[in-house]
Amino acid sequence: MKLEKSPVLMRDALCSTLVAAAEKDGRIVALDADLVGSSGLKPFFKKFPERAINCGIAEANMIGVASGLSLTGKIPFAHSFGPFASRRVCDQIFISAAYARLNIRVIGSDPGVTAAYNGGTHMPFEDMGVLRSIPNITLIEPSDPVALAAITKQLAGDEHYGVYYIRMLRKDAIAVYGEDEQFEIGKAKVLREGGDIAIFASGIMVAEALQAAEELAARGIQATVVDMFTWKPIDTELICKLAAKVKRFVVAENHNVYGGLGSAIAEVTAVNCPVTVKFAGVKDRFGQVGKQNELQAEYGLTCAEIVKAAEEL
Amino acid sequence: MNLKEFAKEIRVTTLKQLAVPGFGHVGGAMSIVETLAVLFGEIMKHDPKNPDWEERDKLILSKGHAGPALYSALALRGYFPMEMLDELNKFGGRLPSHVDRTKTPGVDMTAGSLGQGLSVACGVAMGDRLSGRVSRTYCIVGDGELDEGQNWEAMMFAAHYKLSNLTLFVDNNKVQLDGYTDDVMRLGDISAKLSAFGWKAITVNGHDTDAIRSALIDGAGEQPKAIILDTVKGKGANFAESAVPNNHHMTFTAEQIDAAIKEAV
Repeated sequence: MKLEKSPVLMRDALCSTLVAAAEKDGRIVALDADLVGSSGLKPFFKKFPERAINCGIAEANMIGVASGLSLTGKIPFAHSFGPFASRRVCDQIFISAAYARLNIRVIGSDPGVTAAYNGGTHMPFEDMGVLRSIPNITLIEPSDPVALAAITKQLAGDEHYGVYYIRMLRKDAIAVYGEDEQFEIGKAKVLREGGDIAIFASGIMVAEALQAAEELAARGIQATVVDMFTWKPIDTELICKLAAKVKRFVVAENHNVYGGLGSAIAEVTAVNCPVTVKFAGVKDRFGQVGKQNELQAEYGLTCAEIVKAAEEL
Repeated sequence: MNLKEFAKEIRVTTLKQLAVPGFGHVGGAMSIVETLAVLFGEIMKHDPKNPDWEERDKLILSKGHAGPALYSALALRGYFPMEMLDELNKFGGRLPSHVDRTKTPGVDMTAGSLGQGLSVACGVAMGDRLSGRVSRTYCIVGDGELDEGQNWEAMMFAAHYKLSNLTLFVDNNKVQLDGYTDDVMRLGDISAKLSAFGWKAITVNGHDTDAIRSALIDGAGEQPKAIILDTVKGKGANFAESAVPNNHHMTFTAEQIDAAIKEAV
C-alpha cells in the first residue's frame, strides 16, 4: 500500500462539508473561539455570517451557547484547539450538553503531537480521555479528509443526536480512503488483514500502522490493521472477533495511554476476550515544542515503535 | 391574574413541597418567588398544555437548586398535577433537587453546576432570533453564582451580539452557601458592572411584583436587559429568614413549615 499525502487539507474538508450542509439546512451553525483563522471555517463565516458565531476566547461560554442553540433546534458545530475544546470545558460539555441530553458537535483540533510548535499547553494527549467518562458521548478521530468529510456530513443531519467530539487533525493528512468510502460511526475499518496480530490505530497513527504492517510482513508477521476512528462507542464486536482470530493486539495512539484508545480496547478484551495488548502511545507525559516528526520519535508514535511492540508480543 | 396572590400561592406550595422531604434549598427558592409569579402569571408567553411549543418564551433557571419554587409555579399553572409535587427529591421521581429538563414538564433547561445557565440562555436567545421567532429568553442567576467566571463571558457575549430578546435576573439575596457574599466573595456594584458590560441594568425590590413587572415591560432597545432583584434569602419563611446567612440548605420540622405557611397566608 502506497501512502501519500491527501491533496485536501483536513480543515478544508471540514469547512466545505459544513458549507454544503448549511446551504441546504438552516439549522447548521458554526461557532469558534477566536480561532477562525486556524480552524479553516473562514469560508463558512463569510458565507453565513448570521449562523457563524465567534465567541471570542471564551470556550466555556461557547459550549453553553452551542447547548442553547441546540435547545432551539439548531445543529451547532463548535471548534477550538483540542485542549480548550475538551479539558477546559469538560463540565460544560458534561452538564450543559450531555447531562441535559442536547445535541452538539465539538471539534478539537491539533491532536497530540500535531500541535507541534504550539507545545505542551496546546498538545492534547488527554482530550479523549477527559471526555470518555461522559456517559453516551461519541468520540471520533477521523484519519483523513475523506473520513472527516463523510462523518461531518452525517453529523450535520438528523440521524445522529447527542454530544459528538471530533478530534481533528487540521492540516496535512495521509490519504487512507478513496473518495467513495462509506463510514458508520461506531464501526471500525479493517484496512488490511493478517492472521498473526492486530494493530489498532486512529488519526495520524493509521499511516504508521499501515507502514508497520508492511515491515512486519517482511519479517514474516502478518498484521491486521484497523482504523479505530470511533473511540466511543468502541466497536466491541470487531475487537472480539479479532481477539478470537489473532489473540495479540498492538494499539497505536497519539494520546496518553492512560484513558485513551488502548484503555478502551483493553476494557473490552479484559471482560470479553482476554488477549495480550501492547500500547504504542504517550506514556503519561506532557507535550513540548518541536517538529511533528521529532515529537513522534520522542513519544514513540512511530512505525518503528509499533513494529517493536508487535515483535515483543 | 393577581400577581401578589399568585406569589403567595407559589410560596405556600413550595413550603408544603419542601415539608415532604423535610430538607432542601429553602433560602434561594423563597427569594425568587415573586419573580416566578410575574413571569408565569403574566409576562411569559407559554402554554402549559404544550411545554415544547417552539414559539414560547423560555426560562433558564441557572440557580438550579431553586427548583422547588419553579416546580410550584409550573404545577399551579397546570404543567403537571399538584400531587406530583410530592415527588420532590424522591428516588426515581420527576422533581430532582436541581432542575432537569428531561424529567419535568415545563423545565426548559437542566442546571445545577453553577455559572452555566446564562451561556445557554444566550444560545437560546440567539437560536430563536435566527429562527425568526418572537420569543424572549429569561435567565435567573444567583448573586453567589456570579462568582463563576463563565457568567462574565456570557455577559460580554450577550451585549456584543445585541441579544435584546434576553432578560437576566440576578437574585441578589446577599447570601451564598458559606455566608454573606460580602464576606465570601465581594461582588461590588452588580448593576454598575452589568452596565459596564453593555447591558441595560435595572435594580428593583425583588419581592414587589409591581416593580418587577414594570422593569420587565420597560424597553431596553438593542441591549440585553438585566434586572437586579434586591431580595431576602428565605423570604416569607420565618424559620429560614431568621437563619440568614445559614439558610442555603436547611432541615426543618413540620411545625416550622406550618407556622411559615400561616404567616404567608
